[in-house]
Amino acid sequence: MCRVEDLQRAVLAKNDRGAEALRTELAARGTVIVNLLSSPGSGKTALLEAELTLARRRGVPVAAITADLATENDATRLARSGVPVKQVLTDGLCHLEADMLRSHVEGWLPDDTRLLFVENVGNLVCPASYDLGESLRVALASVTEGEDKPLKYPSAFGLAQLVIVTKTDIAEAVEFDEAAFLGNVRQVNPGVEVIRTSARTGEGTGGLLERAMAVQAGAAVHRPVMARQAVAHGHSHSHSH
Amino acid sequence: MHEMSIAMAVVGQVEEAAGPGGVRAVESVRLQVGELAGVVPDALRFCFELVCAGTVLDGAELSFDPVPGRARCEPCAREWDTGMPPHLCCPECDGAAAELVSGRELRITEVRWAPEPQPESQPEPQPQPAVDRE
Repeated sequence: MCRVEDLQRAVLAKNDRGAEALRTELAARGTVIVNLLSSPGSGKTALLEAELTLARRRGVPVAAITADLATENDATRLARSGVPVKQVLTDGLCHLEADMLRSHVEGWLPDDTRLLFVENVGNLVCPASYDLGESLRVALASVTEGEDKPLKYPSAFGLAQLVIVTKTDIAEAVEFDEAAFLGNVRQVNPGVEVIRTSARTGEGTGGLLERAMAVQAGAAVHRPVMARQAVAHGHSHSHSH
Repeated sequence: MHEMSIAMAVVGQVEEAAGPGGVRAVESVRLQVGELAGVVPDALRFCFELVCAGTVLDGAELSFDPVPGRARCEPCAREWDTGMPPHLCCPECDGAAAELVSGRELRITEVRWAPEPQPESQPEPQPQPAVDRE
């Protein structure tokens, strides 16, 4: 007899368990993870460098991990801020997973770190599926990418707890339709806060740091519709094949 | 291409369910994939075949049960198909209080283990083949 087993297992359960463990462990020592997602070239590194520099000036202990398929260029840029920075090379993998992050955090992250910023691999598809143990997930889009980015990558924007628009200094030149963009964000993630930034002019600099500090201090974060499951997981299905 | 990671996770979960010394082959694996789960079934099938090679799942068939995205606004008692890209504002009140009813599933629902090898000495020879596929 061919035996059929009703498994009912979440495919990403292992990652989710790892993420939860990391979140709990870091929370116990007062550290909060901020996970940054965006396309390649949307300005994650420039924004992050500005925020890290500001944090250092304000005396907030922060650190950053930046993930790329190759090169240590981003770590070199972020290190100019003067805070602890680590480059993770994923060797071709398109996203970070919780256990990978943990292995890089262990033995490296200073004990007094309040915020650990994780610059995920530049990719809006795969990283969206992997919880890294963050307490704040941020999706970024630059004004050059088109107003429909949130619709094209609904998981990345739909699961974000904060959305950041970058490169606003050139918004006019590229005819960025901000109202259309905001409408599209709202369609996939009603209620999420959107902040405007420009690493060049300094517009919005500090916004990310302030939001992250609030989360670290225990403020409530936005719960995206896509992250609210009305029915508990693990409900039983009766299949007849 | 996180389908490769997902395929590896599926294979890992099934191997775990097979248990230690679980050398039985796997005939098929059934997955529930939500419309909003961000997984491309064809890409996953391709990766699954690659990842299965040399494991207890070698040659196993992968099938999908798609789950539509559904959302519900509790205050309005309104439920709707989210579509893709999803509409997650309530069509009734335009509010942001909705919850997903379904659509983010990514679960292994069922595994079919290949038939156990028959014991060497059968008390009586079976007239029918012992393999019962359905």
